[in-house]
Amino acid sequence: MKVTMPTVKEVYNSLWRRETKPSDWAQRSLLAIRGMDKQIGAFLTVEEDQVMANARRLDDAKSNHRMFGVPFALKDNICTAGQKTTAASRILENYIPPYSATVYQRLLDQSAVLMGKTNLDEFAMGSSTENSAYQKTRNPYNLERVPGGSSGGSAAAVAAGMVPFALGSDTGGSIRQPAAYCGVVGLKPTYGRVSRYGLIAFASSLDQIGPFTRNVEDAAFVLQAISGHDPMDSTSAPMDVDDYVTHIGDSIKGLRVGVVTDAATDGLHPGVQEAVDKAVQVLAQAGAEVVEVSLPHSVYAVATYYLVAPAEASSNLARYDGVRYGRRAAGESLLEMYERTRSEGFGLEVKRRIMIGTYALSSGYYDAYYLRAQQMRTLIRRDYDEAFERCDVIVTPTAPTPAFRFGENSDPLEMYLNDLYTIPANLAGLPGISVPCGLVDGLPVGMQLVGKAFDEKTLLQVAHAYEKLRGFEMPQPEVTL
Amino acid sequence: MNITEDVVKNVAKLARLAVSEEDAQKLAPELSEIISYAQQLQEVDLTDVPPTSHSLSLVNVMRPDIPSAGLTREEALKNAPDSDGAEIRVPAVLDV
Repeated sequence: MKVTMPTVKEVYNSLWRRETKPSDWAQRSLLAIRGMDKQIGAFLTVEEDQVMANARRLDDAKSNHRMFGVPFALKDNICTAGQKTTAASRILENYIPPYSATVYQRLLDQSAVLMGKTNLDEFAMGSSTENSAYQKTRNPYNLERVPGGSSGGSAAAVAAGMVPFALGSDTGGSIRQPAAYCGVVGLKPTYGRVSRYGLIAFASSLDQIGPFTRNVEDAAFVLQAISGHDPMDSTSAPMDVDDYVTHIGDSIKGLRVGVVTDAATDGLHPGVQEAVDKAVQVLAQAGAEVVEVSLPHSVYAVATYYLVAPAEASSNLARYDGVRYGRRAAGESLLEMYERTRSEGFGLEVKRRIMIGTYALSSGYYDAYYLRAQQMRTLIRRDYDEAFERCDVIVTPTAPTPAFRFGENSDPLEMYLNDLYTIPANLAGLPGISVPCGLVDGLPVGMQLVGKAFDEKTLLQVAHAYEKLRGFEMPQPEVTL
Repeated sequence: MNITEDVVKNVAKLARLAVSEEDAQKLAPELSEIISYAQQLQEVDLTDVPPTSHSLSLVNVMRPDIPSAGLTREEALKNAPDSDGAEIRVPAVLDV
């Protein structure tokens, strides 16, 4: 019989009523992983004995929190003290962090149970998880298709029902796009809402950690558990955290939903457009007012992103030099050691982005590329400021197509263009959520809602109203042995 | 924008990456394509537009200067590829 995990809420309710124990759920999650992950490849590491020991330690405790005893997975670029963290790169293949990321520590403090670390594109650079140095992750809805990326392992693990929730990171769409491809909910919080301490840095002004869940309410539970100021991350916002849960079911009557009139439609699958149009109708039926908004500079978002993100990455990844931690290749001189270490340790996409970033920042090109990209970032942000004077959330597709086949987007630029709807929110630092809005050719597609800065509350409320009224349940993918 | 194999090799050197001839041949057209795509930013008049480096307007975030325990020497050396137990060892930096 196929074993899968229910939602966070169901696990929590059962534990709260003392019908089950944390070790029962850890055991069940391990069975689900054992049963399905040979096909899916979502996990890079699962330390079964450690998982069961951690869960059993909670068995005699009393449920005191929504996360109590709930199994979860972490993208393998989130540091776990004492447990290997690789960022799916050869350069960190044996790296055991001496400290834990704040998000992980918070979940531990609230007695959640870590099942394992999930696969990703190396250093979170990619949109298909094909850039992992270790393994392929397959889309649970169709094993010939990618799960999206870069948090493909976390998305696939939740979609297949191996864990009730997982965390990922989103720099240009790396939570929302795989959530759309795998038929789950994926939330990128406002930049600064969730601590980045212990997240292996890709592009520090864009990176943000967020949850993958089976439904919107679960996303609110997890966001509540991980949000808030952290003295260890000076870019985390010193602001109070809203209550995301209590009023999530409130009516959206009178809220204004913005539809973008000048969004780029290059490569947009007509089926995706149709599904999103239908979703907007559902929101209108729920009482939301649909208004037209304009984001004239969002057509430049991909170009802007592919200068800003690689520039920051080239600086962030300079630390991998084979000296203090990570892989080292032998060299006669220090310079030769650096070059060999980095050449052997990094995959091609990582090298490509380090080189674009180095080029864009180099003397003579800085003003033409990096500075212009930062100026464009200002215009993209201003577009949103104006749009949000007229609406509360903005709706677009999450990705232009459903999940593609392995190897289908082998040209780097084609792959980058896949992120055109998700990137603008990162550049502006705004929260975004992807909610499943139907199937196209048997594959899930997502609607993206982008909200005002630090207004995850309204974002979740609108997403929840849609989910409740959309009139269908996402079918569970069939993963068989 | 044409990025030649020589430019690729020079940029690789700046980034402390050793690229093979084969890699340079592959990377040159790819990087050219990406940088050419970014050329579209030149179309827009950006005079007097201030740059955004960060979406939060936090400046000089300070915390109280209270000493706390850091990593022990043992913990700090645990992931080092080569150490003598007290310090990290690297190839000679100076010619003697």
